[in-house]
Amino acid sequence: MEHHIVLRVVAKMLIPIILLFALYVQFHGEYGPGGGFQAGVIFGSGFILYALIFGLQTTKRVLPAKVVHIMTGLGVLIFAGVGVFGMLRGGNFLEYGVLSADPVAGQHLGIILIELGVGITVTFVMVSLFYSFAGYRQQKLQPSVTGQGDAGGNAP
Amino acid sequence: MEAIVDLALLTLLAVLAVGIVRLRSLFGAAMLFGIYSLLCAAIFVVLDAVDVAFTEAAVGAGISTILILGTLSITGAKLEVRHARPLVPLLITTVIGAALIYASIDMPLVGDPAAPANLHIVPAYIEGTATDIRIPNVVTAVLASYRGYDTLGEVTVIFTAGIGVLVLLGHSRRKRKSARES
Repeated sequence: MEHHIVLRVVAKMLIPIILLFALYVQFHGEYGPGGGFQAGVIFGSGFILYALIFGLQTTKRVLPAKVVHIMTGLGVLIFAGVGVFGMLRGGNFLEYGVLSADPVAGQHLGIILIELGVGITVTFVMVSLFYSFAGYRQQKLQPSVTGQGDAGGNAP
Repeated sequence: MEAIVDLALLTLLAVLAVGIVRLRSLFGAAMLFGIYSLLCAAIFVVLDAVDVAFTEAAVGAGISTILILGTLSITGAKLEVRHARPLVPLLITTVIGAALIYASIDMPLVGDPAAPANLHIVPAYIEGTATDIRIPNVVTAVLASYRGYDTLGEVTVIFTAGIGVLVLLGHSRRKRKSARES
């Protein structure tokens, strides 16, 4: 789709706004609707839009598949890590009140951290799903040029 | 006013559902599914469930449409018409639908304060959010703090699903190497 100039220009303008809105939803989840899950989906769709317009290989240079795979697990690790950290500080698993001297501040800290974990995992699972689907198609349609694909070619 | 909005949204939903079933082009059906999700999100907003509406709009109308289109680009976008007898599926759907409508007569009204779901543990959550957690959005408090263990389970499910798709569709390094050698 890289020859559609209108799409390219509009996407370039929209993607920063999409990512910014995702961050707003992520960190405003305690005050308004939204939270890690919704923010993750929106953040991921920003990257997916980029990949749809500018091609899979270009996106993989911005966000390599290896980084995506690592980040997918990192979110769950942050979430469970907050739980285990609470245990180390003498509370129950996922008890946020012990994370800080003030129980209310501990609750806030715990909620922000686990929402961040949710957001990271959801974002990169969405991107990873899209990579898998789009990559499978490329591999199936042109199995002979996979070696050249890394040289910066765009999606067909 | 709310009744008119409800009626309009539900009518559009029914029309869309019939349209999706009758459509032979899967590409068109995928787009209609996106609109269907957006209408569902509007209904959730009318029901005051804004967090659910947000999720439905982002996931149902956004990501899942893209994933369905991605699947269509792999499998092809035309439905093979099979001349099966529609009578048995129609009978099963009608019976189950009638049973569900019959069961819904016994359900409490939406937002009824005397409904069992609103009496059990919900008052404790609402009061606890104000005193212990002190954030305005009760949904986030329940999701992240009171039911944090469940949310951890959900995130693990998403993670596992991502791994599953990766195993099924993602090309491994070994496969890529063998493709390069051949």
